[in-house]
Amino acid sequence: MNILLLLYWEFCKIGLFCVGGGYASLPWIQAAVVDNYHWITMTEFIDIFTISQMTPGPIGINAATFVGTKIAGTPGAIVATLGFVTPSLILCLLITYLMKKYGELSAIKGTLNGLRPAVVALICTAGLSFIWLSVWNTESVPTNFADFDIKGIIILLIAMIAVKKKVSVITLLFGSGVAGLVLGLLM
Amino acid sequence: MNNETQQLDDAVNKLNIVPGTRHFFWVLFKSTFLISAFTVGGGMVIIPLLKKKYVDEYGWINDKDTLDITAIAQSLPGVMAVNASIMLGYKMAGFMGTLVTILATVLPPLITITIIAFFYDLFAHNYYVQMILKGMQCGATAVIIDVGLNLVYKLFKKKLLLPILIAAGTFIASLCFNVNPMYCVLVDAIIGLMLLRDPKYN
Repeated sequence: MNILLLLYWEFCKIGLFCVGGGYASLPWIQAAVVDNYHWITMTEFIDIFTISQMTPGPIGINAATFVGTKIAGTPGAIVATLGFVTPSLILCLLITYLMKKYGELSAIKGTLNGLRPAVVALICTAGLSFIWLSVWNTESVPTNFADFDIKGIIILLIAMIAVKKKVSVITLLFGSGVAGLVLGLLM
Repeated sequence: MNNETQQLDDAVNKLNIVPGTRHFFWVLFKSTFLISAFTVGGGMVIIPLLKKKYVDEYGWINDKDTLDITAIAQSLPGVMAVNASIMLGYKMAGFMGTLVTILATVLPPLITITIIAFFYDLFAHNYYVQMILKGMQCGATAVIIDVGLNLVYKLFKKKLLLPILIAAGTFIASLCFNVNPMYCVLVDAIIGLMLLRDPKYN
């Protein structure tokens, strides 16, 4: 079978079966491209994992693009990404349609009433782990709070003032990147 | 609900970009593309940033719809940020909205990674690249904190005990006990189905 078609199909399957966010997709990708087809080696796969974590963009899409590029160049990257999002597109549009049709049922409304506070909590958890990451360079609760990154604190404080001053999100992200570079050059 | 509609109207009037127009699609594409290009991290990071843009800056959609969509995106298979952008796009401007947001979410990583794949070593160990990424991460942190606190404030303002308890329980479960968000969402959905069907919770 044509490699691009196969790539598309494999990533379609991964997109359909991985539930639970970016990291959850990595074992599926490994099973398909490393263990089953031997398209890339385990070392390359670990590289992909590292890169996907540190570059902008959702981890799953990053990984699909990287794997696709390794296997079949830019067309491979496009095909792998397309395959990955195809099941999402179909399922999400289906759910949207169902919500439109049955969204007024009290059972659905009740369920969503329970989910909304949950999402608020999950966003707060993400916020907290990002504070650990920004200020202490660790993903979980810092073991030593005195061991902080002064550059991180400075940028975070400036950024928080900027948010309060209603600076647009994109200007803020861009400015923070520049601030990181400037502080890196100075300190 | 009325209050939310009012807020929505205010924001639309303020920036005067009406969903469905050509200008709207361009602004939607541009802002989603740039957020996706500059955000390091998964769904729970990019969604607060998109929320800040769509809800707080442009008023194209409200808090409630965004939270519903986030919860559904978390529960469906696939990449959470992509799921959310598909549904947010549809909610704002139908199928065209979906096409615009999905393209704008997927293109930046596609471009960046394709370039990086060729310069892996240069990229992974470069101090200045690391510092730019570090800076952007701090910027994203500030936005997530702001969005999170704002949502918590609104949750408490409603003065309903059960939703507050759900939020507190989920927060503790995911933070202290590392419970997978999938299971949190599942349990809270069941609680909602059984206990929160009264219209006052809507």
